[in-house]
Amino acid sequence: MEIFASLLGRLQWSEFNHGIIVAGAQVTMVLAVVGIIIGVTYFKKWGYLWHNWFTSLDPKKIGVMYIVVALVMLLRGVADALLMRSQQITSVGASHGIISADHYQQVFTSHGTIMIFFVAMGLMFGIINLVVPLQLGARDVAFPFLNSLGFWLFVSGAILMNLSLLVGEIGATGWLAYPPLSELAYSPGVGVDYWIWALQIAGVGSLLSGINFFVTIIKMRAKGMSLMKMPIFCWSVLCAMVLVLFAFPILTVTLTLLALDRTLGMHFFTAGVGGNAMMYVNLIWAWGHPEVYILILPAFGIFSEVVATFSRKRLFGYTSMVWALAAITFLSFSVWLHHFFTMGAGANVNAFFGIMTMVIAIPTGVKVFNWLFTMYGGRIKFASPMYWFLGFLATFTVGGAAGVLMSVPPADFQLHNSLFLVAHFHTMIIGGVVFGYFAGLTYWFPKIFGFRLNEFLGRCAFWCWLVGFLTAFVPLYILGLMGATRRLDHYDKSMGWQGLFIVAGLGVGIIALGIFFMVLQLAYSIWKRKDTVDTTGDPWNGRTLEWSTTSPAPAYNFAIEPEVSTRDAYWEMKQSKAKKAKPHYTDILMPKNSGLAIFVSAFALVTGFAIVWHIIWLIPIGFFGAIVTLLLRLTDDHTEMTITAAEVAKIEARGRRAAA
Amino acid sequence: MSSHELTLHAAEEQKNEDKALFGFWVYIMTDCVLFGTLFAVYAVLHGNTFGGPSGADLFKLPYIMIETLLLLTSSYTCGLAMLAARRGDKRATINWFVLTFLLGAAFLTMELVEFTKLAHEGHSWQASGFLSSYFTLVGTHGLHITVGLLWMFLLVVKLWRQGFVGSTVKKLSMLSMFWHFLDIIWIFIFTFVYLFGALKV
Repeated sequence: MEIFASLLGRLQWSEFNHGIIVAGAQVTMVLAVVGIIIGVTYFKKWGYLWHNWFTSLDPKKIGVMYIVVALVMLLRGVADALLMRSQQITSVGASHGIISADHYQQVFTSHGTIMIFFVAMGLMFGIINLVVPLQLGARDVAFPFLNSLGFWLFVSGAILMNLSLLVGEIGATGWLAYPPLSELAYSPGVGVDYWIWALQIAGVGSLLSGINFFVTIIKMRAKGMSLMKMPIFCWSVLCAMVLVLFAFPILTVTLTLLALDRTLGMHFFTAGVGGNAMMYVNLIWAWGHPEVYILILPAFGIFSEVVATFSRKRLFGYTSMVWALAAITFLSFSVWLHHFFTMGAGANVNAFFGIMTMVIAIPTGVKVFNWLFTMYGGRIKFASPMYWFLGFLATFTVGGAAGVLMSVPPADFQLHNSLFLVAHFHTMIIGGVVFGYFAGLTYWFPKIFGFRLNEFLGRCAFWCWLVGFLTAFVPLYILGLMGATRRLDHYDKSMGWQGLFIVAGLGVGIIALGIFFMVLQLAYSIWKRKDTVDTTGDPWNGRTLEWSTTSPAPAYNFAIEPEVSTRDAYWEMKQSKAKKAKPHYTDILMPKNSGLAIFVSAFALVTGFAIVWHIIWLIPIGFFGAIVTLLLRLTDDHTEMTITAAEVAKIEARGRRAAA
Repeated sequence: MSSHELTLHAAEEQKNEDKALFGFWVYIMTDCVLFGTLFAVYAVLHGNTFGGPSGADLFKLPYIMIETLLLLTSSYTCGLAMLAARRGDKRATINWFVLTFLLGAAFLTMELVEFTKLAHEGHSWQASGFLSSYFTLVGTHGLHITVGLLWMFLLVVKLWRQGFVGSTVKKLSMLSMFWHFLDIIWIFIFTFVYLFGALKV
């Protein structure tokens, strides 16, 4: 028995047992996984999934898989949100609510971690994968295998995060795990280790994807597409990827140092022996603030495409938009200290970072005005992406104003750590990032699947999200001003907060209804896909190259590689109405499928799990397994296949027949 | 393969090589940010000795100087190896890389000896914030050197068995970029950790 126990490190049977609410979640999760496995086996779809999806290096398919994982994680994040609100509604005075304080802390930790790392990042890389190569007029990304590896490492991180629910715990430390609380002395369990390694694995994946898309945009644009003729979404992605390249190594180091403290007894952030906990806070925000812009910049890019398309106008102030993106990219590294004005860095330091924070609002304001002027005088079509855009414009501006308010250090001393702050960043992330990615999903959905999403149900979802968001977060602004702190699991009845918490809880319910409508919209649109099928490849009267190929786009994106001479290249092509010459197809080289990234990521997952549970013998197996599998790929010289000109002609003819 | 397919492959190969080298530069830049962060951490913690010894008490400059010369020389021989590789001189390439490997391995051995000695004298990474950051910064460089040596071993074996095939020079160029990069990082470690550290302030 003892040998067996030592083989399992600190993993014990009791780690599976955490009371009734967690048991419910565990059972649901296990049943869902088992259900999916049985379903796929019953319908004999493993082969299809493996060959057509899992091993595919086609960025469009990787993009779809990113989005599926992100939406599944969104369900978990929203469940956490509902649990938090239920606790805050019921835990008043003599009652201590439905979950314990420790469990509540784990819930808000996992809510924040999941929503940022596995929902927002997943949606972002998903949409980038779907759209960037098509907009550039490219057939592929620069490093298809690296791209696949980035995705599967993201999946490994997500699995590790969910394993923490099944066995063990997640840290009770908040989503950024500040030390000394997150050090071994105060968090001796496995929770913080789970957090570290889930993020570390997913973070390395993000860095690899960052390198891939940076090089793709720099090196693979269509002939004639100079940087200043590039679609604005690609510009926003380029800026976001620059931020990834600069910010994610900082995250890697910071997480490693915390792990070294916890596993090898080092003293980077400990309370004694020469550690410096405040250095962690600086480091994590030197990554964390750029991270916020990594998420929002592509959303800005999506909105810029949407507003131009649905206003039937060229984007107003393209050049100033590009410079605004570049300015935000640069400035986003000079504002991190506004997350902890109360640390006591001194009045002059606080003043500098306060002013820089105000300055970064200027390029953002430029963008808001450019969007408004794009609509001015346009023939606006109110399709559902445009609804998301208009909802964004209003909420984001209000949330931004709240941010500028908090950039004033004395005001921040009052509002720091309050629900006002929570309301502010949810306004930016829901009203900005989430609305942006939903607009993008609706907008580009037909390009990937060949049919549009149902318009009416899309609008229902939008209105639920908008009204739900306002109902959920306006009370938090008020509660924050009344002195309610964030991460609060219990308060006295005499505070008079319960009513507002009930309203906020209702709001989360309305958002959940919005998610229900989105699921319904997807199911209904698939069922009735004949009604909304896109035969033209250009359902919205679009402006950029992705609309010039068929819907759904073929594996090689473009049978003939496009050449461009202007911005809004496809719009110009449509205007010139030049008679198209009969196309002359040539052979196309595409990467072969590869399942190696799955194995590398599986080994990474094993390594992470072994470190979390101190299963010493398993660590080298996982680590060297990953390295050897990677070397296998590097020594393989036959990674490409040819699609012959005849096959291309056949595929293209099929696309045209569908159109006729 | 038809001649047309061959040209297609050759053109594609050239494009891929451009992308790969550029992508590797980008990777090196991210590694640079990683080391930059570790240097910043060292700058913050180097005075936090918790009553224990400081850099001035621990670092033996002549020893470090020999380590430095070994690594700098290995960078020079790595450059000579690449010149030979561009000429297509297989024998010279292998010889210069073997010399590079031996110099790198000697550097790594000296570093490990130093680490072991410090730990045995009771100055391990657990002793103070200063020592944690010292071991992590210098150790991360050492880990990179280890990976570089493994990579060099594999590529030299491949070159010895297959000679120069399509992507060999590309792969060797990446390795040499990596090696020179580690050299530059070491110059910063030598200056900021050892030279400044040895000063009694």
